Amino acid sequence: MRVSLFITCYNDTLFPATGQAVVRLLERLGHAVEFDPEQTCCGQMHYNTGYQTEAMPLLRRFVDIYKDAEAVCVPSSSCVAMMRDHYPKMASEQTGLNRDPGLVRAVDELLPRVYELTELLVNRLGVEDVGAYFPHRVTYHASCHSQRSLHLGDGPLRLLRKVRGIDLVDLPNIDRCCGFGGTFAIKMGDVSAAMLAEKMKDVENTGAEVVTAVDTSCLMHIFGGLHRQRAGVRMAHIAEILAPTESDRLEEAEA
Amino acid sequence: MTVRVGEADQAPSFQKAALPLLEDAQLRKNVRHATDVITYKRGIVVGETPDWQQLRTAGSAIKAHTLRYLNEYLVQFEKACTAAGGHVHWASDADEANRIIVGLVQQYGGNEVIKIKTMTSEEIGLNEALEREGIRAHETDLAEVIVQLGGDKSSHIVAPAIHKNRSQVRQIFRERMNLPDLTDDPEELTAAARRYLREKFLRVPIGICGANFLVANNGSVCIVESEGNGRMCLTLPKVLISIAGIEKTIPRFEDLEVFLQLLPRSATGERMNPYNSVWTGVREGDGPQHFHVVLLDNGRTGILADAEARQTLQCIRCGACLNTCPVYRQTGGHAYGSSYSGPIGAIVTPQLLQMREAQSLPYASSLCGACYEVCPVKINIPEVLIHLRGRVVREKKSALDPEALAMKTAAMIFTSRRRFEAAQRLGRIGQWPLVSHGWFRNLPGMLGNWTRVRDLRELPEQTFRAWWKERAKNGGPIEPSTPLRSARKIAQDTGHD
Repeated sequence: MRVSLFITCYNDTLFPATGQAVVRLLERLGHAVEFDPEQTCCGQMHYNTGYQTEAMPLLRRFVDIYKDAEAVCVPSSSCVAMMRDHYPKMASEQTGLNRDPGLVRAVDELLPRVYELTELLVNRLGVEDVGAYFPHRVTYHASCHSQRSLHLGDGPLRLLRKVRGIDLVDLPNIDRCCGFGGTFAIKMGDVSAAMLAEKMKDVENTGAEVVTAVDTSCLMHIFGGLHRQRAGVRMAHIAEILAPTESDRLEEAEA
Repeated sequence: MTVRVGEADQAPSFQKAALPLLEDAQLRKNVRHATDVITYKRGIVVGETPDWQQLRTAGSAIKAHTLRYLNEYLVQFEKACTAAGGHVHWASDADEANRIIVGLVQQYGGNEVIKIKTMTSEEIGLNEALEREGIRAHETDLAEVIVQLGGDKSSHIVAPAIHKNRSQVRQIFRERMNLPDLTDDPEELTAAARRYLREKFLRVPIGICGANFLVANNGSVCIVESEGNGRMCLTLPKVLISIAGIEKTIPRFEDLEVFLQLLPRSATGERMNPYNSVWTGVREGDGPQHFHVVLLDNGRTGILADAEARQTLQCIRCGACLNTCPVYRQTGGHAYGSSYSGPIGAIVTPQLLQMREAQSLPYASSLCGACYEVCPVKINIPEVLIHLRGRVVREKKSALDPEALAMKTAAMIFTSRRRFEAAQRLGRIGQWPLVSHGWFRNLPGMLGNWTRVRDLRELPEQTFRAWWKERAKNGGPIEPSTPLRSARKIAQDTGHD
């Protein structure tokens, strides 16, 4: 399959390893990955903070770039949620001179081809065992959008359970918000910190060395707090767990 | 018309109000414990209801339909209620409602009233209005008694004293009921409350209540409760006055079938409320002989006019969204500065106040969606929150607002590949004064809110796109041979560059 990658603005800028892992994983599974450097951001931050006018050109940009894509892979559930939950409404409520009557249809036609990474793997490609090897104790945080907007269910966990060498431990209160919430973490810093404290306690109680999720943004928040406390827990986007194989390890050891 | 919602117009921002609450370890433990217990119980009784999702859909549909034809259903209710011997009053705002109720109490010659828990009366500040006219209002709901005697404010729409624990309740009762030997044994505490209340039930001839549902087709009013105090107030006094928001209307008596399944399960994790009272007007020799309903607008028709936010009025005040909310869980209800707290309060209060006050409330949510998931009438609270944030932003006075400036700059960057890549480079180069051993630990300005409790790794040497470019150069899979879209075309479409 020809997979067009929408890497998302923050993964591109702050977490290139996530994108590299996605590329490695999909290519290893035999798919051709494309990356159009015209891409920037889905508009979620603007839209959710109340700057809906500013998000509109980013919707147009996304549709323009990907309208011919066979499948769009997004390694971030909240960005996919932004598109699914809000793009159709945004397109139908356009006003002003730039109004594009074809946009509603373009969005409707494109959205079914947009997948969060684990959705692409489990639902579209029908794969659960991706042949990965990750010999670490890992706990999985089910981010809010992955659960309540994308309804990923146990898809990500099914992928993780098939990883060789993994010691997967359940995170208590797995679906409770970590307190990131985009600009919420800044605007409501103290409440966000209180929510983070609870999440960190749950993560640390698992004894995991790695906390994972399908959203690097939540991880940036959870790990940011853990790192501040020198807790000795690191973050890895799920792609970074699904990408490496046993032979990679051997190569690394020999190198 | 002057809309008032308690003292919400003078309340500090959510951020500010949250600070002392976050410091209150006892309160936080109480709130965590109580909301966990209710959420757990709710999970059980919802889980055993096979048609729960259909019930939610039905509840939502009935409410949406009622709101669509609210003008007709209200008149229908008025006719039916009046025909059954009740009196219906219309109040456009809090002051008018208070004037009507004070007038009625004076007309019947009372200087005391007994009350069933009603959030609407807290919204309009009824107790204070009665007090100003020398009328003493006695709360009879146990939690409201605790709040009233403690000189406190309610912090939850179903369990107003959720922020207090047993020993705190004991303290209040000891002091205010003059019971120095009272222990914190629950039976002893409730017995004390019962003695305190029974005397009032038997003596005070005027009752004030809210309404869970106003039934349009037969003029009935329905109140559900757990303690029996409601039944006392609804049957013993000679005069009964109900204050109800106009959105409490449902079309038919049969519709209660849906709501009396949804409400108790969502509110208290019970299959059925212990006390379900439905009455229609007055009946000679049975219960109150004078019955008045005050229908309150107080900003509701303004909400009705906003198609995107109208669903707010579907709320049946079950409090499930409060109990499940990870934000409410940390602060409790007082941070919301209003009788309506939690996610529903964050959308109700600012809307009632026409978005002129309480503008921080739509931001008091991480948009996690847990509220929408549990809402028995499917109010998409996150969607409404985002919509209201848009209204807050559009009403921002100053173009120099730092957040607005940052957002507009970011939007400019994101609409151009050239600017986006330049910003990435600039960030990488310019970050060094702020980075210590590979980490941001103390960012300036608004971003300082991030680094107060979290580290952030420095911007990496290479962005993903730079890596991709280099990889293509080194013979890796190359960029699409026919770019899906040319930069120039995008720039034209988006009106940038």
